[in-house]
Amino acid sequence: MPASESDILQGLAEILQEVAGVAPEQVTPEKNFIDDLDVDSLSMVEVVVAAEEKFEVRIPDDDVKNLRTVGDAVDYIKSAGVAA
Amino acid sequence: MAGLLEGKRLLVTGVLTEASIAFGVARLAQQEGAAVVLSGFGRGLSITSRIARRLPREAPVISLDVTDEAELASLPARLGEHVDGVDGVLHAIGFAPETALGGKFLSTTWPDVATAVQISTYSLVSLSRACLPMMDSGGSIVGLDFDARVAWPKYDWMGVAKAGLESCSRYLARELGPRGIRVNLVAAGPLRTMAAKSIPGFEDFEAVWTSRAPLGWDVTDTEPAARTCVALFSDWLPATTGELLHADGGVHATGG
Repeated sequence: MPASESDILQGLAEILQEVAGVAPEQVTPEKNFIDDLDVDSLSMVEVVVAAEEKFEVRIPDDDVKNLRTVGDAVDYIKSAGVAA
Repeated sequence: MAGLLEGKRLLVTGVLTEASIAFGVARLAQQEGAAVVLSGFGRGLSITSRIARRLPREAPVISLDVTDEAELASLPARLGEHVDGVDGVLHAIGFAPETALGGKFLSTTWPDVATAVQISTYSLVSLSRACLPMMDSGGSIVGLDFDARVAWPKYDWMGVAKAGLESCSRYLARELGPRGIRVNLVAAGPLRTMAAKSIPGFEDFEAVWTSRAPLGWDVTDTEPAARTCVALFSDWLPATTGELLHADGGVHATGG
């Protein structure tokens, strides 16, 4: 069953806390990974790898640069999960 | 038919993502029958551990900071928890501070140059030395290079560090030859790895390869470089050491 948006958001919050120490309440759709959540490029790599594992999706490198906000990532994972 | 690396035990450094050249080497080495141990570094270690699960067989991951003498000293014991010896080592390690890349060649300060050289050049020697106690039946050390015989735009001190790496590998080949250990470098064309993303002007390299490689060049395919490394780990280049093998689509051999 495809994950709902709120499931994905919660899952991303767990990953961001584990990987980059971001407080879960900070993780809302409009937040920018770099500017708002201080996620640098190395942490972003781990967030992507962890999200691929958690949501059983593939996020190619070329798409990662388009994921600027938490909301971008939620949308991407939602549509990738449906396609899978 | 047995694999090319049947029975061989490899330490593979430098696996960060599936796009890493080292990941391609580890995958192919396993497919050819090798037992592979990965090493990761610092914050990347947890990423390496996740990526290790994506190999055909999950590989053990050990921590290795090549600037940390204690980690280097304990390397044989920590490797020994997974393999009873080492037949091959992939050196896929390089770093230069931002100030040492991207067109700031004339203003880069010595401490930043020193960092680039310590991690990208000297580490071939420190890593090899640390592995020697595990290599008593000879072996093959392979390093990843970017052809440093010419000066590239924006590659700057990383290019100097790679030129040093090329020289280091020849001296190591001299020193380790009597122990039956071969030391060679593979100079790949540009590949879109994490390391490449941190090089400003990387797309300029891509353009050179696209227009000049007689065999063509795919910046997203690490397989040609990985195959070349695996060939050097195999028993099929037994008299080759101190060599710089180009896996670059032929660009090194062409003019303008």
